[in-house]
Amino acid sequence: MTSGGVHSGEAARRRLRKRHAAERRFRLYGLAAIGLALGALVTLLGTVVVRGLPAFFGYEVTLDLHLDAARLDPQGGRRPGDLGRGDYGRVVKDALRALFPEVKGRRERRRLHALVSSGAAFDLRERVLAEPDLVGSTIALAVPLSDDADLFFKGGVDAEAAEADRRLSDAQITWLRALQSEGRVARRFWTRFFRAGDSREPELAGIWGALVGSLWTLGVTLLLSFPLGVAAAVYLEEFAPKGRLTDFIEVNINNLAAVPSIVFGLLGLAVFLNLSGLPRSAPLVGGLVLALMTLPTVIIASRSSIMAVPPGIREAAMGIGASPIQVVGHHVLPLALPGILTGTILGMARALGETAPLLMIGMVAFIVDVPTGPTAPATVLPVQVYLWADSPERAFVAKTSGAILVLLAFLVAMNLAAVLLRSRFERRW
Amino acid sequence: MLPLTLALLLLSTAAFVLGRRRAFAVVEGETRLLHSQPGSYGQWVALWCALPSLAVVVAWWLLEPALIEWQTFAGAPAEVVELPPERRELFARDALALSAGEVTSSEPGPALRAAAGRIQRVEGLGQLSVGGLAAAVALMGLGWARGRIRPQLRARNHVEAVARTALAASSLVAILATVGIVLSLVFEAARFFALVPLGDFLFGLEWSPQTAIRADQVGSSGAFGAAPVFAGTLLITALAMAVAVPVGLLAAIFLSDYATPLTRAWVKPLLEILAGIPTVVYGFFAALSVGPLVRQLGERLGWEVSSESALAAGLVMGVMIIPFVSSLSDDVINAVPRSLREGSLGLGATKSETIRRVVLPAALPGIVGAVLLAISRAIGETMIVVMAAGLAANLSANPFEAVTTVTVQIVTLLVGDQEFDSAKTLAAFALGLALFLVTLGLNVVALVVVRRYREQYD
Amino acid sequence: MTTISRPAERSQLYLTKITTRDLNVWYGEKQALFSVNLDIERNRVTSLIGPSGCGKSTYLRCLNRMNDVIEGCRVEGKIALDGDDVHGEDVDPVQLRARVGMVFQKPNPFPKSVWENVAYGPRIHGLATGRAELDEIVTTSLERAGLFAEVKDRLDDPGTGLSGGQQQRLCIARAIAVQPDVILMDEPCSALDPIATARIEELMEELRARYTIVIVTHSMQQAARVSQRTAFFHLGAVVEEGETGKLFTDPREERTRDYITGRFG
Repeated sequence: MTSGGVHSGEAARRRLRKRHAAERRFRLYGLAAIGLALGALVTLLGTVVVRGLPAFFGYEVTLDLHLDAARLDPQGGRRPGDLGRGDYGRVVKDALRALFPEVKGRRERRRLHALVSSGAAFDLRERVLAEPDLVGSTIALAVPLSDDADLFFKGGVDAEAAEADRRLSDAQITWLRALQSEGRVARRFWTRFFRAGDSREPELAGIWGALVGSLWTLGVTLLLSFPLGVAAAVYLEEFAPKGRLTDFIEVNINNLAAVPSIVFGLLGLAVFLNLSGLPRSAPLVGGLVLALMTLPTVIIASRSSIMAVPPGIREAAMGIGASPIQVVGHHVLPLALPGILTGTILGMARALGETAPLLMIGMVAFIVDVPTGPTAPATVLPVQVYLWADSPERAFVAKTSGAILVLLAFLVAMNLAAVLLRSRFERRW
Repeated sequence: MLPLTLALLLLSTAAFVLGRRRAFAVVEGETRLLHSQPGSYGQWVALWCALPSLAVVVAWWLLEPALIEWQTFAGAPAEVVELPPERRELFARDALALSAGEVTSSEPGPALRAAAGRIQRVEGLGQLSVGGLAAAVALMGLGWARGRIRPQLRARNHVEAVARTALAASSLVAILATVGIVLSLVFEAARFFALVPLGDFLFGLEWSPQTAIRADQVGSSGAFGAAPVFAGTLLITALAMAVAVPVGLLAAIFLSDYATPLTRAWVKPLLEILAGIPTVVYGFFAALSVGPLVRQLGERLGWEVSSESALAAGLVMGVMIIPFVSSLSDDVINAVPRSLREGSLGLGATKSETIRRVVLPAALPGIVGAVLLAISRAIGETMIVVMAAGLAANLSANPFEAVTTVTVQIVTLLVGDQEFDSAKTLAAFALGLALFLVTLGLNVVALVVVRRYREQYD
Repeated sequence: MTTISRPAERSQLYLTKITTRDLNVWYGEKQALFSVNLDIERNRVTSLIGPSGCGKSTYLRCLNRMNDVIEGCRVEGKIALDGDDVHGEDVDPVQLRARVGMVFQKPNPFPKSVWENVAYGPRIHGLATGRAELDEIVTTSLERAGLFAEVKDRLDDPGTGLSGGQQQRLCIARAIAVQPDVILMDEPCSALDPIATARIEELMEELRARYTIVIVTHSMQQAARVSQRTAFFHLGAVVEEGETGKLFTDPREERTRDYITGRFG
């Protein structure tokens, strides 16, 4: 530029260069912030996926089990009651010893037995109870390895490390390699993880119990928060007189939405357990607590959805003689429904991931059985994650991550459903 | 419970059909003579059938605990009746557990068995008589309402009045929940402060509630000075904010002023994912990955670091709160009018000068509100700290040390076996009350600040 | 399209400050300006008139490249300030905007004090080395904008607390403080009452001695009062431009005549 006074010349150019450098730095900070946040997301999800995938697979060893009638059915009547009391553990141990006859001494034998999961005996018992005629014969059955042996085949045991520093002894590693070279060890998709309840043994533990508990809990939550939330939203949007009481209700709803979740747990403990005497650890109470927590979400989503229905539709319906209740029931609610459902699904997704308040009402107990109803003791998926994360066995790290993957899969599905619902049915008035 | 509900549902359906048929009959099929549609008469009769009997069931449900309490001690031996209050309550609980076939705290004696038997009788009698009474009331309501059907009966108006009442009642649940929270916290906390003075709780420097308490020694031990707990909460919140505020704010600025629409469309939902991940997953991540990393870092610097540290929990919590800060700041920054940005750009300011000197100062109140909300969120966050911060009540500002927080203590005090009414259990409610009041205060202030800010640019 | 008129009577005194050749502008798919050719003369006030959406504001925003800020906006053609292409590779929009100041339709003082508002530009451009120098720039700019007498006791009060007319003059002072050559005004009086409008119109006459002024206005009366030259825009093109007196009394084009007599617009 030829002219321009203060805005040209060497000094001005220098100033400008500095300012542009500052501009680039600032932009870089913003990029770095986004990179940091997304990097954390990727690291978090990556860690969980890498650690969690092994939980879906496991190793089984095929043993030739001699179903000795003397051990399993001393009475000889093949009655289920007698068969159920048989010493199946002995049979499994015998099969192992037959493979390694050279192992002597109590300690060494115990180490040998420790290679196979304690669940092997239960599997065998189930099989025999289903087919009592098998007693007396010898069958080949694939049974789960113990968590340490499983970890060895998954590459989690460093055979080069000093013997004292690993969970498996040199001898145990030799036996495992022998079993493998005989072709007895096989990698399986671990269906047990999806169909079993909790267990102290990682290789036997599954998420089915927690999943069913989550379903019961969410069922109660949905049953309570959806009708109550929609009814409250309808009242506040369509019928409530503008005034102190209505303002007070609104303030309450907004504050309730911001109360820390653990406080809802305290409410549940004080009111539902101690005052009303409802059972501890029950999905019913968990559902009640989560319903109170979800209620503001449902109300707020429903209100904005109802508000979006244009007044013209109400006026048109009123004009042909419909009562206010009929206007709402026949016209406003059907039109607002997609938005209400979207909000409800998102609220449910949040409830599904909630842990802290459920700890307060005892849903944190070790529960093996799959819950059979809303009052049976149960735990839920995120609490199961918490329990497993606290377990010392190394194999539970994979189980924990696996459970997280299942939990995330449900959350993704729910959010996807909400997004689809919104894009499919959302109307712009 | 279930058979009763089903029976009631069946009866109401029958009442609807009968009422509707009756409405037709009254006008001999000339429905235009009716004030309302025949269906409305059916609904009206169904309501008369269901509501009174529901009232009976609810009344019994409210009355039953008192009856059971009375029957537990009616006719119990004198030594049971004269037990001290805590033991009395224990006895009542055990009797109830035994009657339901659950595990009791001690081997049941004859007195307990007798009490359990009495409870079972009350429950059995209750189920039978209440079932009968409810059915009778339902039938009576049905008959009475059906008999009153006339063409001029304003059935629809009556039904709609009930519907309106039900809607209004639903909206009161939000108030009920708040009242329930406040009452349960205040009552239990008041009992705690009867044992431990408020001053000791707020300013005491030693926190060790886990001291063993024998049953006959309720509330007479343990140290309940919560200052280290509050300090730990503050430390972790500060660490989380140190991560979340700059990262969230800069991300929001980049997305609103620098990013192309395509970038925005991708990055925003990705950031939202961070907000949708359950906190227990963050806790697991903090304990499994970040904790050991922090320890390695500390050891390399020559410090003694426990595997549970304030830093690990604070960092991960900060990441969790990033989307919260960024989406709130995004709203706030976008609310700054375009004309201000153009005014600055028109003077030859660069984008960053415009943002730093015009947009951010203008948006400051809104950003402060967003940060207050984020702080409230951090203070109330539980799972991350439970899994990664530790239990040791250290009064320390060193982020490499393990500290404990209000939420961690609430969880530890209440999970597992509890002694009822012990200071230890009640302390959790006192902490809960403090947590509730602080977060409530922060939220109210934040909402007021944000609302004022928005009004300024409306 | 009209060709550029070069009236013989144009005095040597009025040199061309800005030349525009074959300017086309698109917002996304929609073309907003069609092959605009226009010259802006130094130290005179040029009015851009025309019905809403005719492209006059778009043209104005091209002169200091404020359109760069709008996503999806594409500019083709040449605009030269003192002979240099403003879209040239070596031209920095930041520097350009310091030379070509802008006053907006709605007064938009920053939520800062009066003093800070005026000092903002000089500060970011590094035009002053100390507080005293800044004070002097602020005072001079406020004086030139005719506002100093009214606000000299409230320099530390928020600029948003002034009346609408004062706010707009504050924005003019803010633009002057950067020491521009050209001041662009986008309907600067549309949000003001008649008295405040008259005050600003007077001000333009005073400012013309130092600055080249381009003003977009809806009001033909205002254009007639304040400007020496006028360009009439319609449907994204310049229909006619010339000396203001001539254009309003004896327009060459039928469409111009229709517009100034109120047949459309």
